[in-house]
Amino acid sequence: MERPLTGSMRPDGLPLSIKDYEDKGGYQAARKAVTGMSPKEVQDLAKDANLRGRGGAGFNTGMKWSFVPMGDSAPRPKYFVVNADEMEPGTFKDRMLMEGNPHQLIEGTIIAAYAIEADISYIFLRGEYKICEKRLAAAIAEAYSRHYLGKKIFGSGYNLEMRLHTSAGRYICGEETALLNSLEGKRAIPRARPPFPQVSGLWGKPTVVNNVETLCNVPHIINNGAEWYKGLSRSQYGGTKIYGVSGRVKTPGLWELPMGTTIREIIWEHARGMREGYQFRSVIPGGASTEFLTEEHLDVQMDFDSMQKAGSRLGTGTMIVIDDHTCPVGAVHNLEQFFARESCGWCTPCREGLPWIANILHAIENGQGRPEDLEILAQHTDSLWLNKTFCALAPGAMEPLRSALQIFREDFIRHIKEGKCTYGKNGNNLH
Amino acid sequence: MAKMATIYIDNKPYTVKEGDNLLHACLSLGFDIPYFCWHPAMHSVGACRQCAVKQFKDENDTLGRIVMSCMTPAVEGTRISIDDEEVRAFRKSIIEFLMTNHPHDCPVCDEGGECHLQDMTVMTGHSYRRFRFKKRTYRNQYLGPFVNHEMNRCIQCYRCVRFYRDYAGGRDFGAFASHHHVYFGRHKEGALENEFSGNLVEICPTGVFTDKTFKRHYTRKWDLQTAPSVCVHCGLGCNTIPGERYGLLRRIQNRYNGAVNGYFLCDRGRFGYEFVNAERRIRQPLMKRSSLPVPREEVMQHLSRLIYFGARVIGIGSPRASLEGNFALRSLVGEDHFYTGVSAMDARLLEKIIMVLAKGPARSSSLAEAGAADAVFVLGEDVTNSAPLLALSLRQSVRLKPMEIDKRLHIPEWDDSAVRNAAQQEKRPLFVATPYRTKLEEVSTQAYHAAPDDLARLGFAVAHELDNRSPAVKGLPKKLHTLAEGIARVLSQAEHPLIVSGTGCGSEAVLESAANVAWALCRKNRSADLCFAVPECNSLGLALMGEGSVSDAFKAVHDGAVDTAIILENDLYLRAETEDVNSFFDKVRNVIVIDHSVTGTASKADVVVPAAAFAEGDGTLVNNEGRAQRFYQVFVPDRDIEESWRWLRDIMAASGRPGLKHWTGLDDIVQAMSNSIKAFKNIAESNVPAGYRITGQHIPRQPHRYSGRTAMHANISVVEPKPPEDKDSPLSFSMEGFSGQPPAGLIPRFWAPGWNSVQALNKFQSEVGGPLTGGDPGQRLFEPVQESTVSYFDEVPGAFSPRENELLLVRVYHIFGSEELSAMSPCIAESAPGPYIGLKPEDAELFQVSEGRDVRISINDKEYSLPVKYLPELPSGVGVLPAGLRGLEGLELPAWGRINNQAKG
Ligand SMILES: Cc1cc2nc3c(=O)[nH]c(=O)nc-3n(C[C@H](O)[C@H](O)[C@H](O)COP(=O)(O)O)c2cc1C
Ligand code: SF4
Ligand code: SF4
Ligand code: SF4
Ligand code: FES
Repeated sequence: MERPLTGSMRPDGLPLSIKDYEDKGGYQAARKAVTGMSPKEVQDLAKDANLRGRGGAGFNTGMKWSFVPMGDSAPRPKYFVVNADEMEPGTFKDRMLMEGNPHQLIEGTIIAAYAIEADISYIFLRGEYKICEKRLAAAIAEAYSRHYLGKKIFGSGYNLEMRLHTSAGRYICGEETALLNSLEGKRAIPRARPPFPQVSGLWGKPTVVNNVETLCNVPHIINNGAEWYKGLSRSQYGGTKIYGVSGRVKTPGLWELPMGTTIREIIWEHARGMREGYQFRSVIPGGASTEFLTEEHLDVQMDFDSMQKAGSRLGTGTMIVIDDHTCPVGAVHNLEQFFARESCGWCTPCREGLPWIANILHAIENGQGRPEDLEILAQHTDSLWLNKTFCALAPGAMEPLRSALQIFREDFIRHIKEGKCTYGKNGNNLH
Repeated sequence: MAKMATIYIDNKPYTVKEGDNLLHACLSLGFDIPYFCWHPAMHSVGACRQCAVKQFKDENDTLGRIVMSCMTPAVEGTRISIDDEEVRAFRKSIIEFLMTNHPHDCPVCDEGGECHLQDMTVMTGHSYRRFRFKKRTYRNQYLGPFVNHEMNRCIQCYRCVRFYRDYAGGRDFGAFASHHHVYFGRHKEGALENEFSGNLVEICPTGVFTDKTFKRHYTRKWDLQTAPSVCVHCGLGCNTIPGERYGLLRRIQNRYNGAVNGYFLCDRGRFGYEFVNAERRIRQPLMKRSSLPVPREEVMQHLSRLIYFGARVIGIGSPRASLEGNFALRSLVGEDHFYTGVSAMDARLLEKIIMVLAKGPARSSSLAEAGAADAVFVLGEDVTNSAPLLALSLRQSVRLKPMEIDKRLHIPEWDDSAVRNAAQQEKRPLFVATPYRTKLEEVSTQAYHAAPDDLARLGFAVAHELDNRSPAVKGLPKKLHTLAEGIARVLSQAEHPLIVSGTGCGSEAVLESAANVAWALCRKNRSADLCFAVPECNSLGLALMGEGSVSDAFKAVHDGAVDTAIILENDLYLRAETEDVNSFFDKVRNVIVIDHSVTGTASKADVVVPAAAFAEGDGTLVNNEGRAQRFYQVFVPDRDIEESWRWLRDIMAASGRPGLKHWTGLDDIVQAMSNSIKAFKNIAESNVPAGYRITGQHIPRQPHRYSGRTAMHANISVVEPKPPEDKDSPLSFSMEGFSGQPPAGLIPRFWAPGWNSVQALNKFQSEVGGPLTGGDPGQRLFEPVQESTVSYFDEVPGAFSPRENELLLVRVYHIFGSEELSAMSPCIAESAPGPYIGLKPEDAELFQVSEGRDVRISINDKEYSLPVKYLPELPSGVGVLPAGLRGLEGLELPAWGRINNQAKG
């Protein structure tokens, strides 16, 4: 099984130096793209490979690039932004990619930036990722010293600057338009679309934002072609995917697997199943803002369409497993409290609705629930839904709640009826 | 003509402007859709989610989807439902969300009864509370003497911060924190620094920001007697709505005029009103020989003796009095004995402005037009301090339109965040050339600081670049020449260039050069406008009426031909040097002062007669645009207080002088004015006569919910007094009358069924954000002469040369302090700086003085001692003195001053 993204990483967890990286074929792809391909060819190759964004929304990457105005009449400077904010609960795949092989991200970014003729690139990094920060900073300096960044890179006519920006730390900064505001020094509030960042993004100029994992795929596509890339996958979408499991499984962790590996394989083969004494109950498949799935969905392939068909989303592809000792009300409360705290405060339903939800869940969990609470919660899942809120944070927050209200309905009712949490003390938290 | 589109609202077709957002379109059509974050002047950001409607793809789409009407453009065939059950439930849920943390303290909230949140709550039908958890609470801040802060009432609509920072350019106020703790205030407590902070009171849809001066004598909106009025605190003539109860003026609110102030007022205009309630008011006739007030009859007798037929009487008018007051005085004393009462310098400057506007090809621009200019050149005027709202307009003029950013982006003009994000720091051109650094420079393309003569030289150079028939400037340094070329190029490329100047730096040459620039542009077929700032609310009106400055009046007295001087609403000590005024008073046998407040002049008078302040009478003012605007009496003052023109009419009658005027009401005197003064020929054209009735009814000054009418005077008599009669207007001093919408100029308040707050204004406009229904009020008195042959001014001053041991002192303006009437209001006085002299640090060093230290300086042989303030960007050899501030009144600037500290060090 090929593992292009992680196969060359060191077993001791230290990063590849630029020399290690180049010895393993690193920067060949960037050189090839920048000196031998036109930006349009790079865009088309990504499209042909059917590379889809790994940041959560799963948009076709080549297509995203193709909306950027190109040529001499395009507004300048153009920007390329790496979304390395990774604050989705349960998600830590980008961190592994950056810590283990920072040059892979830099190379992917150079190619992607070249594809849109960007002049300046930014890596917007989650503030707490201190190790990533150090390693990226060092790697960027190395790349500059070899003229892979800066003026006339690889001896071509193409110039690209790269800057590392560490976030002050809000979940909403991962939302690409809030990220742009934050990068401009403004409040991290999303922007309405249209206009899309590809035409009016950072400082009002054409901008593309891509996820770290998305970009790490790019050099390999350039090196090996679209057909190879598609062949890696078990579904119609190209490539591998970094899947992750947390929760009470035997070996929580991350694995690079063919896109479309089933949930069952990931949990029972790679994470080696549930810990002794714990039963599988359900799973949030793609970070906190996806819907719960249960036993019946274990053979669903983890890819964009299959997950959607199953009533959830691939999201970030890093799942949180809920066992039979964990109170689902407590688990949902934990998540909603996170979302309530991370609401940017711009639009009413999210800003006011999430704290209300968190309050109700807290009340239910602590034996103060009322029968009408379930109705109120259900109404929230409607009022905080897509289009009704300003951005996707609130609908994301509603995904686990909405499904929990159905899947764990009995639990909610029992909490309210009995006036207490029926899981005892340990049931209150996600681990 | 805008392209129109047919849209379907709940299955009925309507024609709207294509591309408008649906909220704007629906409100303009008269529909009620609740909203919070959208503001007609600040447009859409889509934050509150209150304005939701349901949009359908086509007539077969039954599901539809919820969209925000403020963020959705109206295009041909758009189908929406406002009434759909699901979307109504959603709108209701938004209010329910907002209410979870709202304190529900309406009974003790100053916003209660005129609160947009109350109105929208009722509109959506939310009434029962389901949220049972603890509310969030905030700490409030002290924000200075104007605005009160009560953050718990906030619904996070972001209007305040969008106005304060994005619209008005303030920096010391912002949004802080996040999620449901977002906070709106200052980084730390302290007075708000922006000149337009008072607008927060009207912009905030809840009771977070309320009028602090109003709070001290609070009255509910429904208990306020109101009438349309005009601000008297600068020359722009912003339209206002003063409110009164129990004889006390309680507050000033904005009165929308699409051509003038739009939605906003400056803080001087909003909070300067308290002089009307001040101790300094003159409430009864006073005579020098009596320590007690004198009955009206006795005063009239006395006056008639002083002004007997044949007595040599002169009249000194005033730029802060109505046209009618001035005209009555002029009629009483005769044209030849009437002096306008402005300083000699102002008289010259105003005469020049009138000549330029009335004879030249450039049009005087309204404030609205100034805001729409696409290239601006400010020459010599610190507009933020001398004509504040003009500065607010110019701040909007520099904003790029989406089309100018990049047509390909297809950003609608109302998509405020998208426009700002796309435009970023890029701006339309604004050049500012002034003696000292002004605040407007924050948004300027380029600024230039120089002595007035050098400013004029820059102006002349620009004009010459545009048209070489305008005189060349000799010996212009290369750098300045390049600047002039640049400005000329930009102005000639603009479609609506605007030249702004004014009386501010006291230079005729500056005005002339500004005129030359505008004229040169006009002759290049550009529709160039001119906007001149003038010092007072009726400066232009008075200048149209007559000539003769205070100095001319002094001269007449000096020549010995005067027995009696009648001084109308004027403090001569602000117009001329103290010694000259004193010697004038020494020479005139009888001095009669008609004024509303005690001034230096009033205390010298033999007879003082109590005049109505603006809210107590009717009259007309002409603003800097040349727009004659009526202000209406708001309330009936103490018995003896009357409009100056009524006093003068009665004095005329009592004295038996010829030309006795039978003026019963304002209409008569306006007619007389229009008949006898050419400039005022069409002044009455847009006036609504006093006899005007709608379905036989008056327009009531008191709202339909005015309370306590039968009890208000019950401590005096249980018989309800008959409401006083109004001879001057169709307004009545009662709550009875026509309850619909009056003509635009007569709107006493914005209030409509279901809309109790200022937002009711939407219902009074022909289109939201457009002119008032029936046209914006006011009558322009002059229009440009299209094919004007007027020749360019040709006296280019020589370059300024600094003098050794001397400084050229020019005026510096302060929004708070430089204007006489507002400075009598406590909150404005509190905000005014003390007198000082502004020096360039290098110059200060030369004179061996330093910041904060007092320096002695003699000007026209008079010595002043003033603390030094460093102004690093002053040109060498130039200093500034604050205009009008206490201790510096009557000083005519620019003037040379000699620093006397040197010897002592
Ligand atoms: C609330 C919120 C948080 C998000 N956080 C992240 C994040 O941390 N990292 C990320 O790559 N994308 C995040 N996204 C998705 C981004 O908005 C965007 O879709 C993504 O960066 C695009 O990259 P891709 O096309 O490569 O997937 C977030 C979206 C939302 C609504
Ligand atoms: S849904 Fe609204 S409040 Fe929530 S994060 Fe998005 S914009 Fe902010
Ligand atoms: S203070 Fe007023 S204007 Fe500002 S956000 Fe709150 S409610 Fe809106
Ligand atoms: S700008 Fe002038 S007219 Fe307008 S409110 Fe201020 S002081 Fe009054
Ligand atoms: S008014 Fe439309 S979202 Fe606020």
